[in-house]
Amino acid sequence: MPRWLASLIVLAVLAGGGALAFASLDMNWNWGIVWEYRAAFWQGWWTTLALSIAALVTSSLIGVVAALMLRSPIVLVQAAARVYVELIRGTPLLVQLLIGWYVIAAALRVGTDHRYLVGVLVLSLFSGAYMAEIFRGGLDAIPKAQLDSGRAIGLTPWQMLRLVVLPQAVRIVLPSVAGQLVSLVKDSSLLSVISIAEFTFNARNVNSATYSTLESYLPLAAGYLAVTLPLSALSRWLERRFRYEAA
Amino acid sequence: MKLSIHGLVQRFDGPRGSRQAATVLDGLDLVTGDIQALVLIGPSGGGKSTLLRILAGLDVPVSGSVAFDGAPLPRDEAALRGYRRTVGTVFQAYNLFPHLTGLQNLLLPLVHVHGLTEHEARERVREPLERFGLTPHAHKRPAELSGGQKQRIAILRALVVRPRRLFLDEPTSALDPEMTAEVLEMIAELKLGGTQFVLVTHEMGFARRVADEIAFIADGRVTAHGTTAAFLDQTTDSRIREFLRRTLHA
Repeated sequence: MPRWLASLIVLAVLAGGGALAFASLDMNWNWGIVWEYRAAFWQGWWTTLALSIAALVTSSLIGVVAALMLRSPIVLVQAAARVYVELIRGTPLLVQLLIGWYVIAAALRVGTDHRYLVGVLVLSLFSGAYMAEIFRGGLDAIPKAQLDSGRAIGLTPWQMLRLVVLPQAVRIVLPSVAGQLVSLVKDSSLLSVISIAEFTFNARNVNSATYSTLESYLPLAAGYLAVTLPLSALSRWLERRFRYEAA
Repeated sequence: MKLSIHGLVQRFDGPRGSRQAATVLDGLDLVTGDIQALVLIGPSGGGKSTLLRILAGLDVPVSGSVAFDGAPLPRDEAALRGYRRTVGTVFQAYNLFPHLTGLQNLLLPLVHVHGLTEHEARERVREPLERFGLTPHAHKRPAELSGGQKQRIAILRALVVRPRRLFLDEPTSALDPEMTAEVLEMIAELKLGGTQFVLVTHEMGFARRVADEIAFIADGRVTAHGTTAAFLDQTTDSRIREFLRRTLHA
C-alpha cells in the first residue's frame, strides 16, 4: 500500500471519530460569523509565515555560530555560548519575550514600530539555543579519523569544515533540525503577548468578537498544519537526498 | 629518500586532571641509507604509529629533529600543511569520506588542494583506477565497497597527487586475509614502479619482500635497524627473534 494512501486512511478514521464526537455534543456551529473575519485569519497566517521564515533563517545562523563557539578551544568563548544555551533553554519563551520587549527593547528606546523585528530576534535567540545543541551534537559525531584524513591530504581548516564536516553533519542533524523548525513555527504563536498580530493573536481576537471558540481555533490548527506538514515533508525529502549509507 | 631522526621525543597528556603524561617516543634515533622503502615493525604501543604520524606531518614532536634528504620537517601548522600536500598518508581504516563516491574521494584533493580542474582531475585518475581494477567501483560510496577496495582507493587517493613519498600506517590490519593480499599486492606494485614509502606493518613476509631497510621499534626507541636481509637473518636480539617467530608463524 502506498504511504500516502495509508496516511489518508488514518486521517479518514480520525476525521470520522472527530465528526462523531462533535455530533454527540450537539454543537451550534456558527461558521457564518467567523467567515466574515476571514481577512483577519488570512492576514495573521501570512504574518506567522513571514515571522517563521525570518526566525528560521536567523535561528539557524545563530545556532551554527553558537555551536562553533561551544566547541571553541578558547574557554571564555565556550563559556559565553554555554551560558547562552543554558539560560535560554532553561526559561520559558514567554518570559524571554516579555523581558526582550518590555525591558531590553524599552531600555534601548526601540520604537513600537520595531515590534516585529524584536519579536523575530527573541524567537530566533530562543530557537537558536536548541539549534546550537543539535549542531554541536552533529559536529561531535564526525569521527576524528575523518579530520586526520582531511589534514593528511592538506585541507585548510575552512575546507575541512566545508568539504568534510558540514556535509556529514547536515545529514546527521536534519531530522532534529526539522523537529526544531516545526516547534519554532508553533512557538511563534507566543509573539501575541507583545501584541504582534500573528495568526494566534488574530484568531483570539475573532473568538472574543464572535464568541465562536472552536470556529476560531479549528482554522488555527489547520493553518499551522499547512505550514508544518510541508516542512516535515521537505525534511524527509532532504534526508533521502543526503543519505549515503548503502541502501 | 634518506631519513635522519635524532633524539625524537613525543608525549601525550594523560587522562584529564591527571598530571601524568605518557612518553611514547623516548629519544628515538634512526638514520637510513638512501633507500626506497622503509618498514617499521615492533610490538603494539611501541611508538610505530606515533612516529609515522610525525613523519607524515600530522603531529609535532615535543623535541628532536626529523629530516628527509637533509630537509628538516617544519614545526608550524601552516608550513606543515604545505608539507602534507607533498606526501601521501594512508591510515588503518576510515580513510575515505563516506558522503563521497570513490571517484569523488580521488578528485577532492586534486581539485581543492592541488588546483586541477574537474576535467584534468578526472583525466589523471582514469588510468590508475583502471590499472588497479577499481574502475567498476569508482561510483560507489564507501559503504558499498569492501574493506580491500576502500583501502586501495585510499592508497590511490594518496598517490594521484604525485607525492614525494607515501606513509602507510598498518594499511591491512583491519582487513581479512584475502583483502590483505589484494592491498599488499598493490603496494608491491608501487615498489616496482619506484614509489618511495614508509610502511608500518605486522606482515613480516611482506616486509621481507618490499623493504630495503627494517627498523624495530619498542618502548619509544629503535632497538634494531638494518638492511632487510641483515635484519631478518642475522639479528641476535632475543626480543626481536621472539617477535619474528610469533609474527611469521601467526
